[in-house]
Amino acid sequence: MHIPPADPKILARRDRIVAALRAALPEGAVIDDPAETRAYECDALTAYRCPPMAVTLPSSTEEVSRIMRICHDEGVPVVPRGSGTSLAGGALPTADSVVIGVSRLNKVLETDLDNRFIRVEAGRTNLSITKAVEAEGFFYAPDPSSQLACAIAGNIGMNSGGAHCLKYGVTTNNLLGVRMVLADGTIVELGGPMMDAPGLDLLGVVCGSEGQLGIVTEATLRILPRPEGARPVLVGFSSNEVAGACVADIIKAGILPVAIEFMDRPCIRATEAFAHAGYPDCEALLIVEVEGSPDEIDHQIGLIRQIATLHDPVEFREARSEEEAARIWLGRKSAFGAVGQINDYICLDGTIPVSELPRVLAGIRRLAEHYELEVANVFHAGDGNMHPLILFNANEPGELAKAEAMGADILRLCVEVGGCLTGEHGVGVEKRDLMDAQFTPADLEAQMRVKDVFDPKWILNPAKVFPLEASASHRRAAA
Amino acid sequence: MASGNTIENGALAPEDEAALAELLASADGPLRIAGGGTRPIGRPVRGRVLTTRRLSGVSLYEPGALTLVVGAGTPLAEVEALLAAEGQRLPFEPMDHRGLLGTTGEPTIGGVAAANVSGPRRVRAGACRDFLLGVRFVDGTGTVVRSGGRVMKNVTGYDLVRLMAGSFGTLGVLTEVAFKVLPAPELAATLAFEGLDLREAVLLMTRALASPWEVSGAAHVPGADGTFRTLLRLEGFADSVHYRAGRLAERLSGFGAPETDTEPASVAATWREVRDVGPFHEREGDVWRISVKGTDAPEVAERFPEASFMFDWGGGLVWALVPPGTELRARLDGIPGHATLVRADATTRERIAPFPPEPAAVATLSEGLRRKFDPRGILNPGLMT
Ligand SMILES: Cc1cc2nc3c(=O)[nH]c(=O)nc-3n(C[C@H](O)[C@H](O)[C@H](O)COP(=O)(O)OP(=O)(O)OC[C@H]3O[C@@H](n4cnc5c(N)ncnc54)[C@H](O)[C@@H]3O)c2cc1C
Repeated sequence: MHIPPADPKILARRDRIVAALRAALPEGAVIDDPAETRAYECDALTAYRCPPMAVTLPSSTEEVSRIMRICHDEGVPVVPRGSGTSLAGGALPTADSVVIGVSRLNKVLETDLDNRFIRVEAGRTNLSITKAVEAEGFFYAPDPSSQLACAIAGNIGMNSGGAHCLKYGVTTNNLLGVRMVLADGTIVELGGPMMDAPGLDLLGVVCGSEGQLGIVTEATLRILPRPEGARPVLVGFSSNEVAGACVADIIKAGILPVAIEFMDRPCIRATEAFAHAGYPDCEALLIVEVEGSPDEIDHQIGLIRQIATLHDPVEFREARSEEEAARIWLGRKSAFGAVGQINDYICLDGTIPVSELPRVLAGIRRLAEHYELEVANVFHAGDGNMHPLILFNANEPGELAKAEAMGADILRLCVEVGGCLTGEHGVGVEKRDLMDAQFTPADLEAQMRVKDVFDPKWILNPAKVFPLEASASHRRAAA
Repeated sequence: MASGNTIENGALAPEDEAALAELLASADGPLRIAGGGTRPIGRPVRGRVLTTRRLSGVSLYEPGALTLVVGAGTPLAEVEALLAAEGQRLPFEPMDHRGLLGTTGEPTIGGVAAANVSGPRRVRAGACRDFLLGVRFVDGTGTVVRSGGRVMKNVTGYDLVRLMAGSFGTLGVLTEVAFKVLPAPELAATLAFEGLDLREAVLLMTRALASPWEVSGAAHVPGADGTFRTLLRLEGFADSVHYRAGRLAERLSGFGAPETDTEPASVAATWREVRDVGPFHEREGDVWRISVKGTDAPEVAERFPEASFMFDWGGGLVWALVPPGTELRARLDGIPGHATLVRADATTRERIAPFPPEPAAVATLSEGLRRKFDPRGILNPGLMT
């Protein structure tokens, strides 16, 4: 992964830049001691690390604006950071950059249950949004598995999803407005508590722009009334293909489950060894969760049973209590951790049309044989968002590169069947150089024009998303 | 004239994307982009009409994957019939503007996307922009661009899909759109409450929308005699609808006993009337679409004693019928939200900006994007300003 070298002219002005930041911010909001900036050298894609020149921890939008103005005037790259749980290297610094970490921006600003929204500072964690409204019977729907740690800022940066997105949509479908600092320090408001926003949908393009269009400091989020109840079923199958066909039939039948999760045999084995959830020993299983009153749940589960029966399941397990429900989810929820216990792994995030599941799973198996690496599959089957985990040994020289090469092949396969490189984790540095597998030069050019408008100097989150050759002319023009 | 660019009733009608690209690359004057031409919203645009009508046809429909990919010029009616045959539908319930705007012609699916047209189900399901998975378009330089795709989850690169939704043809001409569709419900029911004043109605709708019973429509609508009915809609499996109707009626018993309608044709007609703003059809005056927090609807109404109103989205969408030429925006001061002048004669739409004026910094961004995507200013110039 090539990252452009640090600009020596910026490094030469380091002291002046840090002094200007110190003068603009309260005590303790600027970190430049290399022993401390190390804590910000990577996100959850730990294979890539680089400590920044300095880290700033603002406590208000106005402070963010002051930082941006200084960096803009000095031409210093800025890396926005929420909680640093990106799996794509989206928050990876460069050596000449200033990190703006929004973790101190964590207040709830307004809760309006009548109009069903909450306005928060962007550093607040995802789960704590739901915590703030659950006593009143509401919740915030997008639920990335990292929700205990990840910040709304990062969710907006990546347009993150989660298991419940099949029914409730991803971040962009639940985001009503933001307050944001532009590259030159200007503060803007996009959207608001209303159900639609006037003019061009700038909010829509900011969501998922990976910190390259501005620093989000506040967010207005849609909250939803909590359903009366929810219950999962677990269905085991004798092949991936049959499980895939069952998913399509459930969706066609007009049932709208909250989640349909898929695990294949390698993944089932790994999680059983780790979490002992008591899963059946089979080729593939689905966890399907439905919501409503007890009768509504029974009715939907009845329909799912009818459909599953047509696909000869090896097991159909219905949760009859909270405890049984928790056991059904236990294996799924510990899948990543379980696989991590036995191996290092790369987690992919390609999305495919649901109808292509069997073909892509077979293709992944062939690639695994070719590369002589193991793959465990666990993913959001209802919307085709796959998470193949490629297992490798990081201590073995060359294994990471081999796993990455295989990952690239899998993602190309996803694109080939009509899918995309990333369904919820983002491009970051990880998939940057694969972008031209999915997009034509003209497609990328159109996206970079948006960047030109929001960030004419190209200082926000450098070296991410766009292949460096593709962005070279834009960066030169901006310099 | 490039090959593949025929002329229909004086309008340029490219027969495919390549012909459209050629046409835009060589265009030497402003163009008025139209699908079926049924939604003449915004500042009047001078220029030659370019219609997407011939960019039509279904490229892909997979009911099991809830995915539809169609040419932008495909008539909406065709799309809806195709989906209905598989028991599916466009979840965002796009409004038909013909009755309100007095237009004729065939609404196209591309026009729906370009204007981000949604209906009463917005409160539950989401807007048009929430179901748009991918687009192909030709920008003002004649370059073909793709964004998004056909899959349900996609965060690869910037989201130009949402940028195009609601851009009213000012950034590019859509050639193909991909939508997520959903199964149509087994049963729909309307719960109608009578005799509530606006404050009570908003309170009722607020309570209903905050309940766990998945209300998919909440409107306060005048009947032919001018008295208002407060309407709630429930959809889903039949048993579930009956159960939730019972629970809602119980929780809202303080507002009176609702009349429950489950007759499919009449439920559909009731919500079509809400969706298409039926009460204002063939009535004199300008029509404004005001977007506010639902609980601010009564405040809006109090400021315009001379106006007629209809309320959707639990009060969050206020339709106002006012005397021609009314400068409505100035009188909304202090209420968070925005107002769009949807129907007025051309002179009024020259004088009063139909789209809400943007704060300077936001306007600079919008203007910057238009200049990048349409550097010569040929695509519906000025329409959104
Ligand atoms: C164990 C684990 C499980 C995960 N599960 C899921 C999952 O189920 N679904 C899912 O979608 N993701 C998942 N992720 C990925 C990750 O948690 C999400 O991408 C998350 O949204 C990142 O949030 P963060 O606050 O950590 O952001 P960071 O990692 O700090 O940043 C993410 C991106 O957002 C940008 N950014 C951060 N703050 C701002 C700001 N204020 N303004 C503008 N841009 C900003 C950054 O520059 C970066 O590009 C998982 C990660 C882990 C480690």
